[in-house]
Amino acid sequence: MTAKDYQAAAQKAIPPSKSYKNIPMAFLVGGLLCVLGQAVINLALSFGLEKDMASACGSISLILLSAVLTGLNVYDNIAKHAGAGTLVPITGFANSMVSPAMEFKSEGYILGLGAKMFSIAGPVLVYGISASVIYGLILVIMG
Amino acid sequence: MAKRLGRYTLQLERPVSIIGYAAAGSRKEAQGPLGKYFDCINEDSTFGETSWEKAESALQKCAVNKAIKKAGITPGDIDIMLAGDLLNQCIGSTYGARQLGIPYLGLYGACSTMAESLLLAALLTETGLANRCLAATSSHFCSAERQFRFPLEYGGQRTPTSQWTVTGAGACVTALQSGAPYVQAVTIGTIEDYGICDINNMGAAMAPAAFATLCHYFHDTETLPSDYDLILTGDLGMIGTQLLHQLMDEAKLSITANHKDCGLLIYDRLKQDVHAGGSGCGCAASVLCSYILPQLQDGRLQNVLFIATGAMMSPTSVQQGESIPGMAHLLHLSHYFEKEDASC
Repeated sequence: MTAKDYQAAAQKAIPPSKSYKNIPMAFLVGGLLCVLGQAVINLALSFGLEKDMASACGSISLILLSAVLTGLNVYDNIAKHAGAGTLVPITGFANSMVSPAMEFKSEGYILGLGAKMFSIAGPVLVYGISASVIYGLILVIMG
Repeated sequence: MAKRLGRYTLQLERPVSIIGYAAAGSRKEAQGPLGKYFDCINEDSTFGETSWEKAESALQKCAVNKAIKKAGITPGDIDIMLAGDLLNQCIGSTYGARQLGIPYLGLYGACSTMAESLLLAALLTETGLANRCLAATSSHFCSAERQFRFPLEYGGQRTPTSQWTVTGAGACVTALQSGAPYVQAVTIGTIEDYGICDINNMGAAMAPAAFATLCHYFHDTETLPSDYDLILTGDLGMIGTQLLHQLMDEAKLSITANHKDCGLLIYDRLKQDVHAGGSGCGCAASVLCSYILPQLQDGRLQNVLFIATGAMMSPTSVQQGESIPGMAHLLHLSHYFEKEDASC
């Protein structure tokens, strides 16, 4: 068997992901998180907060919830079933910061926790901010 | 002294016996089908330590001490220790062995380390360069995850091809004396790379190495798969096993009837949510030392080919887009020694 034939055989041997389960779960959990965020926003609005401030309250609450659940070793068990449902909303970003911070604390607060907490979220920050700079420049030039 | 058979295989001429062996594991391994055969189980995967690396050292130390005790000797009776693990610079082994005072050789064979260390131990013993040798290896799910993959609490979904690193260790003491199980022959593996790049599909990356080593061994010894009770691979998992069967069938050396894989034996794959099976140095090591060697000792198994497979990549090579080279070393273990009467 040549390497090429083998790679084809290996590809064929891979069982498919359980999309029939994963996609509805992601939709359900992701949707529930959005409902939760909206509920917090509505609550904040009912307390008389401005719309901007109320939105921030929604985001902060979800970040806090995600960070606390990560700290309690619960988040990964939910994410195992929810997949993109917990990854895509802001909860996934919070988990990607908190989990390496917890993991690498054993290497110290500076080079462990401090440096490695960006090991997963770092690229998102770099390319997210870079994209917004480019977008800003385009807006200045075109606008 | 050991003689060379063909290009790859070394036949032992004097009886090298595994006089002591032990397997250590943690909770998930205890819950698996082989849990009751382990010598030491610590339900707490931290092993009372403050880091996962220290926990792995404690785990390996547990297996080593037990193997020495079962051999009825002390660390001072061992001339050479050969050990390795998956951690950078093999700290799991060196930190575990630092209080033993045994001349030490560190090895890196990834998940093939049990076969690598045991074959070297057998050769050093057979040639008389060492009276007794100790071969040991370990892996820990948590220390491997943080080094090769993601933090433990990171919320990701594992792919169906991914394997679960076994929190386990195995240790064997070899000596030139009578008493099953014996090491009959060893085949040193070649590095095989069929261009698999997926770090979550190690079984597929390693199967060609197991295939090559088995073919080399059968060719060198002029034997067939049916001459053995059991052909035991290290941690190919479900996908690697399927691919190895395909490769062997194509080479007209079918092993389907008597092949088992440690990665599929150690866990209940579906109930314990380990996807394609177990992996890691501790997978082959703990299955060998808990479940296989006792059967070889009492004669329930007569002839076993033990092939531990290793994926020889690093996180750096994977990030640089390199494919994953596989390696597999083989030991022929038996209940009897063919030349026992003449040699003793």
